[in-house]
Amino acid sequence: MVNRIVVGAHYGLRDWLLQRISAVVMAVYAVGFVLCVLPRLPLSFEDWRAWFANPFVKISTLMFMLSLLLHAWVGVRDIFMDYVKPFGVRLCLQVLVILALIVYAIWTVSLLWSV
Amino acid sequence: MKFSIYRYNPEKDNKPYMRDYELELLPTDRMLLDAILRIKTMDDSLGLRKSCREGVCGSDGMNINGKNGLACVTPLKDLKEPVVLRPLPGFPVIRDLIVDMGQFFKQYHSVKPYLINDNPPPQKERLQSPEDREELDGLYECVLCGCCSASCPSFWWNPDKFVGPAALLQAYRFIADTRDEATSERLDNLEDPYRLFRCHTIMNCADACPKGLNPTEAIGRIKKQMVKRMV
Repeated sequence: MVNRIVVGAHYGLRDWLLQRISAVVMAVYAVGFVLCVLPRLPLSFEDWRAWFANPFVKISTLMFMLSLLLHAWVGVRDIFMDYVKPFGVRLCLQVLVILALIVYAIWTVSLLWSV
Repeated sequence: MKFSIYRYNPEKDNKPYMRDYELELLPTDRMLLDAILRIKTMDDSLGLRKSCREGVCGSDGMNINGKNGLACVTPLKDLKEPVVLRPLPGFPVIRDLIVDMGQFFKQYHSVKPYLINDNPPPQKERLQSPEDREELDGLYECVLCGCCSASCPSFWWNPDKFVGPAALLQAYRFIADTRDEATSERLDNLEDPYRLFRCHTIMNCADACPKGLNPTEAIGRIKKQMVKRMV
């Protein structure tokens, strides 16, 4: 097959926007988390459990983690696009990363709702 | 003044090397290009491009002490010795300081850097209000010297797919032009993970531009137009 340079996938904006929005979500959560936890220090195991039993904390933490995973996806894919030239290798790496991120998402939910 | 210049003649040399020169500066030697041209009278095998010698033609783009710039508008008094001159990084070297700009201009052509307006042209000219014309300031001044694209790692890694800061600045120059009617097609052409979104906003381009332009800002405005059209 001729080694053509192919571009024109007509996506990219959504991911770029997603990366920015997820960054804002993470920043808001991180600041909020520190502000909520700092005055309650030191926290015992029971305090942590009680804290994470709150559904608001659960959902906001899940939002944070999903933002983190989506943010990581865009960032890691960007690194592959920049540095991994053979497209077969790039595809395999991207699939591996997607699978890992899905596992992390499921793991996050199971952890958060185990409390 | 001491100079260390990258030399490579593919017909003679196995690999590039740095050659040192020492030059007694004359009071008339103001800009780096003056000194290089005097070095060339000492060693006429040194290859470089130059033409207007006043920062308009964009021929003498090179890497000067680690930063891309035009030799003709770089004052000698601002340079630290030895002055290290290399060809624009990331571009294939033809000889010494001369690089192959082919890929760079291919990307430039890919953004259709000309006015697209299918309406019959008026008798005299397509008029713009002064405010609309102001939108083009900071965009039309580009001389296509390649200093920005040659300082952009994204362009180094993907020069065949990423349009690069210079051509993206020109793309925005026509997106911003009220006389142009192909905005939607232009945005379609750029909406691509490689063509536009390899830019990671590190701003090397704005730092390198010898004309003081800001391609990063233009790229940001292209993205803003895309967001505007999507939401």
